[in-house]
Amino acid sequence: MTKVIVQGKAKGTVLKTTNPINFLGAVDKKTGIIHDQKYDIFEKSIKNSILVFPHGIGSSVGAYTIFSLKNNESAPIAMICTKADLTVASGCALANIPMIVVSHEQFDSIENGKDIELDTESATILN
Amino acid sequence: MELTKEEQSALNGEKGEALQTAYRILVATGEATNAEKLVPVNWAHLSGVNYNTIGDSGEEFLRKISQDIKVRVKTTVNPMGFDFDHISEFDHIDDDFIEKQKSIRDSYIRMGVEPTFSCTPYDIYDLPEKGTQVSFAESNAAIFANSLGGLKTNKESAFSALASALTGKSPYSDFRKDETNYPLTIRMKLENPNELDFGLLGFFAGKVGDTSVTISGVSEPDRRSCKALCGGMGTSGTCAKFQFRDDTETSEKIDFGKEEMNKIYDELNTTDKGDLITLGSPQLGLQELSDLSNMLKGKSFQKRCMIFCSRAVQHQARSLEYTNEIERAGGEILSDCCTCLTPLIDTNETDAVTTNSVKGAYYLKNSTGVDVNLKPLSKIIEDETK
Repeated sequence: MTKVIVQGKAKGTVLKTTNPINFLGAVDKKTGIIHDQKYDIFEKSIKNSILVFPHGIGSSVGAYTIFSLKNNESAPIAMICTKADLTVASGCALANIPMIVVSHEQFDSIENGKDIELDTESATILN
Repeated sequence: MELTKEEQSALNGEKGEALQTAYRILVATGEATNAEKLVPVNWAHLSGVNYNTIGDSGEEFLRKISQDIKVRVKTTVNPMGFDFDHISEFDHIDDDFIEKQKSIRDSYIRMGVEPTFSCTPYDIYDLPEKGTQVSFAESNAAIFANSLGGLKTNKESAFSALASALTGKSPYSDFRKDETNYPLTIRMKLENPNELDFGLLGFFAGKVGDTSVTISGVSEPDRRSCKALCGGMGTSGTCAKFQFRDDTETSEKIDFGKEEMNKIYDELNTTDKGDLITLGSPQLGLQELSDLSNMLKGKSFQKRCMIFCSRAVQHQARSLEYTNEIERAGGEILSDCCTCLTPLIDTNETDAVTTNSVKGAYYLKNSTGVDVNLKPLSKIIEDETK
């Protein structure tokens, strides 16, 4: 089951975390680097990745962080979540970042570091 | 999601680019929450006002959109970075920041918002009748509105609340519908909890509860504790509503006792001493300023203490003379800004901050980058005044 929140296509490398992301609190909006050491992707950059994470948490201003990341050319090229929260959905909508919601099984099957292709029109994730 | 003809034409851009952007956001958030339609809201509260949080991209976006469109419903806004009346006392804030913050403030005013610059709209305005649909970003305000105010809102994002302000609508989903399920009960095991304990309980609840939680074992906490609970809960997770109830029959139960409390405390408390004190995140209300004024009788702060409240509350407190004792004791009363992400606190000048705010602690550590000493207000007064 795949649900499209923001349409689009993307091809790139998966950066996967099992931590929900607080965009305002944990992501540097200029560089896209995760600066909260409690994350398993601490010090990694989400720039140009296909970011796979459970969902967003925390401040509602995180939507602006996503928009800023895009303007600063440090945004992920797509996002895949198991739950669509309003902060990530609205941030991706304004920043035109393709975003889909997948089942927990699909989430588990996506491997970190793999190159994948995402196409919301045909609702496919290709390995 | 079904759209009316009029909504569809706005989405197609037939009513201008700004309104199209607003509808694009509503469609994405509607899809995200499986909404079947949009419903009217009569109050929006926006986050995304502080230049520190929204940056150049946000400033530019607001400047542009505010040329073309105005809000359609009553709209209140979150704090800015600082208090323009006191900016000359903080010489480390550069002119660029001040200019950008002015621009953001002016953009919101141009769009027709109420210039509240507060994270506690519920302390400024009487709440509409129970069951009213509103659209609150600012997580503590959304949780307060749903749980204690009887209003209906999802935990909106900065953009989804802005889209509601510009269209007067929100997707009809989740907490906007009639019944709330409370799949989890948190059993409060701490005796005589203070506001810090409630803040920690909120942070815990936000971590373990997805959508809504019941809290049992609590008898009518005061407003300060309720606000601390809402603030903590909004910071750590997605939970958007709670109820205080002892007789629930929900399946899952979890305890919040000493052990759980200490674990959260150790995560957020990173030092045992602060260089300065901040009170307020959420911003203090009138009763809290009255309490503070009483607690400070005959005492003086031994270090800088910033006290954040909304402009409206500050005016009321001045006319009731609650501010006299606080200012005599050395407290600095600041409005239009808050502990969270204010540039008034800067790592070049400050290593650590003492506060009773769990929400403040999280952002001081993770965004501002200073250490935090967490203490309840009574202990702050005991340790930090003479």
